[in-house]
Amino acid sequence: MNLFKKSSIKLTLVASLALLGSGCASTLESLNPLADLEPWVKPYERSNLADPIMSMNRNPVALAYAKHVFESREGARGADGGAGGGCGCN
Amino acid sequence: MAEQVAVVAATNQGLVQAMRQNLNNASAFVVALALVISVLFAGLAKAAVLPTERADVLYHAYEGDGVTIDGPSVLLRKNIAGRVSISANYYVDTVSGASIDVRSTASPYQEVRKEKTVGIDFLNNKTLISTSFTNSSENDFEANSVYLGVSQDFFGDLSTISLSYSKGWDVVGRRGDESFEEEANRQKFGLGFSQVATKSLILGFNIEHISDEGYLNNPYRAVRFLDSSTDRGFSFATETYPRTRSSTAYSINANYYLPYRAALYGDARTYNDTWGIKARNFRIGYLQPYKDSWLFEVFVRYYEQDKADFYQDLFNRPNEFNFMARDKEMSTYNGLTAGISVAYEWQFSQTATFKKSSVHFEWDYMKFAYDDFRDATADAPVGEEPLFGFSANVLRIFASVWY
Repeated sequence: MNLFKKSSIKLTLVASLALLGSGCASTLESLNPLADLEPWVKPYERSNLADPIMSMNRNPVALAYAKHVFESREGARGADGGAGGGCGCN
Repeated sequence: MAEQVAVVAATNQGLVQAMRQNLNNASAFVVALALVISVLFAGLAKAAVLPTERADVLYHAYEGDGVTIDGPSVLLRKNIAGRVSISANYYVDTVSGASIDVRSTASPYQEVRKEKTVGIDFLNNKTLISTSFTNSSENDFEANSVYLGVSQDFFGDLSTISLSYSKGWDVVGRRGDESFEEEANRQKFGLGFSQVATKSLILGFNIEHISDEGYLNNPYRAVRFLDSSTDRGFSFATETYPRTRSSTAYSINANYYLPYRAALYGDARTYNDTWGIKARNFRIGYLQPYKDSWLFEVFVRYYEQDKADFYQDLFNRPNEFNFMARDKEMSTYNGLTAGISVAYEWQFSQTATFKKSSVHFEWDYMKFAYDDFRDATADAPVGEEPLFGFSANVLRIFASVWY
């Protein structure tokens, strides 16, 4: 029974969020304490960030293999680069 | 697959718990998805980009603990009309030899695993949606999985949130036993967030929850128990694992661009699961370009874990407990990996068919030390054998071309 109660609460929350998202952008922004925050790194200041050496997934084919080796030799799994799953090619 | 043994009857309680856990997972995922959708519709959305078009051909080799695993991997990616990207990966593991787990109980073997993945990415309304299908096949193991991911940049492209879900279906067999067939289902829920903190620093945070249900043993691994009727003083019996497992991992990472064009990166992860395994790992690495064409990288990674609740190196008798394991990956141990790599790149005209190409050589050295897994092949009184440890070398050699 408790299981269904919890699910109902979550579904209500989902419905509320969906309503907020679908038509009430201004409501959401007014509720957002970070609404006044401006992006502090401008597009013309991102040359360092755009350098390939700042990308952890520069070579997807090698990264997927390295991840596979660690997963095979270790008991832990998951959260090891991107929101995991699939081929890891992204 | 390449190892492990044993079948367990799931208790009703276990199944109910698994169902409850899965429902909770699914609900939490839907809540998170709704949050992302809310953000999108709130008008904060900014650009996302398709993955780069390129082709890679890689040779990989792993050698350690009496086992050699090598083979090729080919990854192709092509974009269509600027909104769709398709990818295909073909990967082969050729395994030969026998690890310590197998040497104690059986003979060396050879087998081949082939993995095929096809994926499609859609760029729609500045949202990147990725999906893929993977099949992994070997003579005693068949696995299929599907993946769905959504990624969104916002806040002036300084923030990225990503969600992913994947589900897998495994069929587990056992060499030399045609009648043996078991199944396992897996689900993964991922949430990622990355943030540009300064002009030179990117921070990231990931959570991933994985839940498995079904036959989760390795059918080639066995538990060891005292047996005074044998010369060695012990015998082996089938491992018995729970039929459900849920794990959660949290990780953080940082990439920092140094003033003289080099990069420093680090990450840390903590992990726990319902089998009692607690693990953590840390990594730090450094990238140094040289002139326009060379790139050197070094890293060090440390991993440690505490054993599963039902792990023991030596049991008193078979069927001593409901669940019993002696798989060394279930024990208490630590591992240290150090890696170096070098890459050379050629730049061509941006209007040419091939815009860039590169060759890469990457070598990792791994060393593992076990705290409660003994070398049962050693000539010593039972239970007093030396603790096990081994080292491994891992190679990745590949060429890439961008078009």
